[in-house]
Amino acid sequence: MTVVTLGDTRLHIDSEGFLTEYGEWTDELAGQLAAQLGIELTDEHWKAIRFLRTDYLSRGETATLRRVSTVAGIPIKQLFVLFPGKPAKKMAYVAGLPKPRGCV
Amino acid sequence: MRRLVILGAGTAGTTVANKLRRRLAPDEWRITVIDHDRDHLYQPGLLFVPFERVPTPLLKPRRSLLQNGVQLLIGEISAADADRKAVRLADGGVVGYDYLVIATGTTPRPDQTPGMLGPEWRRSIHDFYTYEGAFAVRDALRTFSGGRLVVHIVDQPIKCPVAPLEFTFLTEAYFRGRGMRDQVEIVYVTPLDGAFTKPIASRYLGRLLDERKIVVETDFLVERVDAERKTLVSYDEREIGYDLLVTVPLNMGADFLGESGLGDELNYVPVDKHTLQSKAHPDIFAVGDANDIPTSKAGSVAHFAGESFAENFCQYVDGRAMTHRFDGHANCFVETGDGKALLIDFNYDTEPLPGQYPFGRIGPLSLLRETKVNHWGKVAFRWIYWHLLLPGRRLPVPTLMSMTGKHRPDEEVRP
Repeated sequence: MTVVTLGDTRLHIDSEGFLTEYGEWTDELAGQLAAQLGIELTDEHWKAIRFLRTDYLSRGETATLRRVSTVAGIPIKQLFVLFPGKPAKKMAYVAGLPKPRGCV
Repeated sequence: MRRLVILGAGTAGTTVANKLRRRLAPDEWRITVIDHDRDHLYQPGLLFVPFERVPTPLLKPRRSLLQNGVQLLIGEISAADADRKAVRLADGGVVGYDYLVIATGTTPRPDQTPGMLGPEWRRSIHDFYTYEGAFAVRDALRTFSGGRLVVHIVDQPIKCPVAPLEFTFLTEAYFRGRGMRDQVEIVYVTPLDGAFTKPIASRYLGRLLDERKIVVETDFLVERVDAERKTLVSYDEREIGYDLLVTVPLNMGADFLGESGLGDELNYVPVDKHTLQSKAHPDIFAVGDANDIPTSKAGSVAHFAGESFAENFCQYVDGRAMTHRFDGHANCFVETGDGKALLIDFNYDTEPLPGQYPFGRIGPLSLLRETKVNHWGKVAFRWIYWHLLLPGRRLPVPTLMSMTGKHRPDEEVRP
């Protein structure tokens, strides 16, 4: 685990840059993390991010694409448009959550 | 009489029924197992069906695998009512319970991907996780005259997550053996970002694919199959053509679990990962592939978890605290063709590492290394499965994962 400083804030991240402390995340930080991926956050992005944050609190793990699509009602196809290439990872990254385990 | 009802007489359900029958007094406890058909399928054997000259028998009557004193009821389950503590059957029957163990596993669902089922299903589109499917793949490989063969996984989690890799290795060896390897292009298409889920094993397995000239297409999440054009189409509109497709359809738990409000979006029952107790209903447990624990969906997990589950269950029904914690231990042989296999052994916290298993330096099995002994281990497992694992007996290996014989690779180690 590494500690990095972004602006005035100190953040704990893992080897791939995912935040490891749920509480260190803020709306503003989400915007900065998204910008690093070349994504400008719209209301649709926020809907996905808010769902991921809430769902993580109740389940203790990052939702899969299928879960976001079934439970939050955002089609997988749209998630690929919002977070191109690797939506599951990119969403988790912006939402300050662990990389989805996807599979084991 | 106290009533324990177990749904499903597959690997987990059978093991648990037999373990608990020995522990729960026959004059106090009635144990009923419900399954939808009479025969138990040795699922690990399906992988070999396409490549065997003479098929090995894979079915045995479920009744013969359950101890005396365990009732077996054959019927289609239509609902589990946690409030009324009753299981409903499609024929109208109702079975009440005091404690419920869900062991209905996970099932490949080709109906969940548009275009997969249809006139090309079992012609140019195949699966090998079902009895009929494995035999259809065998016939398809025998008559394949060359072209692009695509092995494909729809999404995770799937049962026996190494099986698609094994199938790929065995297929490569099969066509090499027939002297037509140069006429077959093999492509491995996965929604993951590498050959396997865990980094070190992924590196080893990726290298094996590479050595065998198998192309790996990563981060491919299929949206639909265009069966007419023989093409896989992903959500981000990438396309992969095939002449022969062997896919692993989306895996889902039983529909009645979702419909009864007991399952998540894939019908898996959310449980505590150390005790397998339902998070919503304390008198319900889910064992084997039917639950949502973050480890492989595999028979080895059903076995390893069964041991601590049985102890915990007896404590729970006595009103005591459950003191045994399952660690997510999984152990999988990975067939790599040419009569060799490698072995992986891991749990929730430790990814598969290289080394020797189970007796340290003595082995005799090797972790993350292809050997003939590993292959014979896999072959011997068939006997172990029928005669030790299903009866719920202990195997001569530790139930919880052990670090004995394992080491972290400091650098890239040649497999």
